Amino acid sequence: MSAPQQVLFDVPGPKAILRDKIYTLVFSVVMVGLLALVVYTAYSRGIFDDRWQVLWDPQKGNQTAADVWHSLLVRGLLEGTLKAVAIAVPIVAVTATILVIARVASNGLMRALAYIFTHVFRGIPVLLTMYFGVIALGLSPLVSVVLGLAVYNTAVVAEILRAGIAALPSGQREAGLSLGLRPLSVLLRIQLPQAVRIMLPALVSQVVVLLKDTSLGFIIAYYELLTVTKNDFNYFGEATTVPFVLVAAIIYITVNMAVSRFAHWLEGRLSGARSSAGVGDAPVVPPGGVAGTGLGVTAH
Amino acid sequence: MGALVANADLLWQGFAATLMISVVAGILAFVWGVVLAGFRVSPIGPLRTFGTAYINVVRNTPLTLVFLFLGGSTSALVGIVVPVSRDTYFGVTINNGIVFAIVALSLYTATFVCEVVRSGINSVGVGQAEAARSMGLTFGQTLTQVVLPQAFRSVVPPLINVFVAHIKNTSVAAGFAATELVAVANRLSNANPGDVFVIFMGIGVAYLVITVPLSIAAEQLEKKVAVAR
Repeated sequence: MSAPQQVLFDVPGPKAILRDKIYTLVFSVVMVGLLALVVYTAYSRGIFDDRWQVLWDPQKGNQTAADVWHSLLVRGLLEGTLKAVAIAVPIVAVTATILVIARVASNGLMRALAYIFTHVFRGIPVLLTMYFGVIALGLSPLVSVVLGLAVYNTAVVAEILRAGIAALPSGQREAGLSLGLRPLSVLLRIQLPQAVRIMLPALVSQVVVLLKDTSLGFIIAYYELLTVTKNDFNYFGEATTVPFVLVAAIIYITVNMAVSRFAHWLEGRLSGARSSAGVGDAPVVPPGGVAGTGLGVTAH
Repeated sequence: MGALVANADLLWQGFAATLMISVVAGILAFVWGVVLAGFRVSPIGPLRTFGTAYINVVRNTPLTLVFLFLGGSTSALVGIVVPVSRDTYFGVTINNGIVFAIVALSLYTATFVCEVVRSGINSVGVGQAEAARSMGLTFGQTLTQVVLPQAFRSVVPPLINVFVAHIKNTSVAAGFAATELVAVANRLSNANPGDVFVIFMGIGVAYLVITVPLSIAAEQLEKKVAVAR
């Protein structure tokens, strides 16, 4: 981010500094003005009335604020959204590994089948697979959601891993083979662990995609965060739509940003581990080999 | 098979709706995404802040929630009622569902376009921008005349992948009153419980007809660009 900024425009001189200050001022005013306009229209439509009270002191029935937040955070987020994620991610880790094995297999038929699987399931919407589970296979909403997420993400994650394997130096595979390992062992014990590490940013952003896609469950009547949100604002009345939708958005954004932050942290840690392994270990250890294998085991 | 043939017109209507949402929202998302990318690399602080905030918020929000927000909150917040013409183009009646889908997908896909374009801008050699600057071009000129034309070249394959995802994302509109392919699949299988497998296969093929050529093209282009670099 900082590099192109320095490149795309000059270090400002006195004139440019003045001009930039004026632009900054103008755009600040415009943005604050727009924000104020939105807030004002919202205000004049009565958005800042007692409807927000539902978040700390709901007035309807015998519901308490604890009930409202329990429904959102526990029944929606934890027992709905995150449950589907927690079931789907391990399944995807296994099936994607199998698909990668098939994709680089020496058997032509296996390769062809894996190629077709990848392209077909990358090309149809997750929602269609979920509906297929509910309507055609008669599965429960949870199983259908997991099916849709698993099938699509298997294809995508396998492609990510394949790209990671392709990015490795060919010496890694050759060294493994010359040690007498079978091609499958080379793949599972040497190539994949390193591919996982190289592709970690892409893999984690795929987890974020998967997490967001659980919200498709809303459409096929799976009980997750959005379903809860809708039930809540239906129960407390039309006016509470804005508070509940905003709260749901904040929950999603917080969780997803936390996942991304975690990825960032992990990336920094791993690149640190790599350099320290290179410095500290005897030269017989292939660069990143030991740490990479360890990570591969934990990440799968 | 019979169900698909007998309802060919409904099938075509769904296909046309999917295509229409994809194309219209795709164009809007592309324009808005490039503008956002411009914001994110611009010398003006408030624009950068806006770009970053927009991307972080929208990209981390599920598309379903964007739909729900547009459907339930925009009119309450700012009183904007999306105009619905109810005209029919290519057999698609422009109802609430179609309009919401176009607006929601434009806002959502733009964030992915922005990130791809921004990484493309970063991939253009530093010397290009330096040369442009030393010739006295301004930021706007450097970006639009020198950097972006080169950035788009390496950006085409990932951009195609963004649009493949975008086309599949139009299916979310099925949950919000738009009669596109997935909604048609749903409706046909409820009417013809015996033909469910064939119906879903037919709808799946309808998507693959659009998405597979695109993703194969992206793969081929990627190889081409990679060799040239």
